[in-house]
Amino acid sequence: MDAEAAKFIGAGLAVTFALAGVGIGLGNIFSNLIAAIGRNPAARNQVFGVGILGFALTEAVALFALLIGFLILFS
Amino acid sequence: MATDPLHQFQIQPVVELPRVAGLDLSLTNSAVYMILAALLATGLLIVGMRNRSLVPTRLQSIAELLYEFVANLVRENAGAEARKYFPFVFSIFIFILFGNLLGMIPGTFTFTSHIIVTFALAATVFLFVTILALVKHGLHFFSFFMPAGTPIALAVIIVPIEVISYLSRPVSLSIRLFANMMAGHTMLKVFAGFTVSMGAALGAAGYAFGLVPVILNVALIGFEILVAFMQAYVFTVLTCIYIRDALELH
Repeated sequence: MDAEAAKFIGAGLAVTFALAGVGIGLGNIFSNLIAAIGRNPAARNQVFGVGILGFALTEAVALFALLIGFLILFS
Repeated sequence: MATDPLHQFQIQPVVELPRVAGLDLSLTNSAVYMILAALLATGLLIVGMRNRSLVPTRLQSIAELLYEFVANLVRENAGAEARKYFPFVFSIFIFILFGNLLGMIPGTFTFTSHIIVTFALAATVFLFVTILALVKHGLHFFSFFMPAGTPIALAVIIVPIEVISYLSRPVSLSIRLFANMMAGHTMLKVFAGFTVSMGAALGAAGYAFGLVPVILNVALIGFEILVAFMQAYVFTVLTCIYIRDALELH
């Protein structure tokens, strides 16, 4: 197979598995966030900040995968 | 009119200035927005706090909210002895926040969507934290890479892993901000382009169907504003955590 086709396949594979993992991770974070707020509604402000931090850190992994996909596609 | 979604990230000179010693000193669109962000932030804080009334006016409320938000962040995440680094953390937060938000105005340039800008910010934070730790702890700083309670036999594996994860901090900080901004703005441009290409392809009916990408784009713009706030928040929280690591965990 020539390099162009391999690039397309490579970029597709790169993001697929990474995004699957990130989706599971994000679901975990928010389900635990909701459960924590449910158990103790008064702790909402404290838990929410750390929850958003966790969301952004996990989202960053998705963006790393996107970056690698672009690098494979375009260089 | 460029329909290429990546055209918006091009650096263009605004005021052409001559080359000095091989460096092009022209004022670019990126530099103009950085200056604008700094001026807006300074203006907001100075004008807002001018009256210093006990019951704050609207502008003073905004300035006080920003101050309190970052002060709480520093107190919670960086510890009590990090109060003297508050101006540094506040400057980083405000610069990134205003940079991201200025980019949300249609037709402007998002200077945080360039890796060199975010890398400069992340490298500043990293160097500051490392030098802070070295000055405070001296050579004892290197005990950071050997967490307490690990058996010596594992040190051969653990220390390189810890070093690599420490060195990857500026990389992840910069890429997180840059990729969020670039991907967000590219997505907005691509969805906006759908309306144009629908109008071109379907003719008169295309204008009716072209409403759907516009509605989607409105929702996406709302999401991007949220992301602008969140990325500034995350950068600042991580800076505070690294400062605490430098001050305490060695």
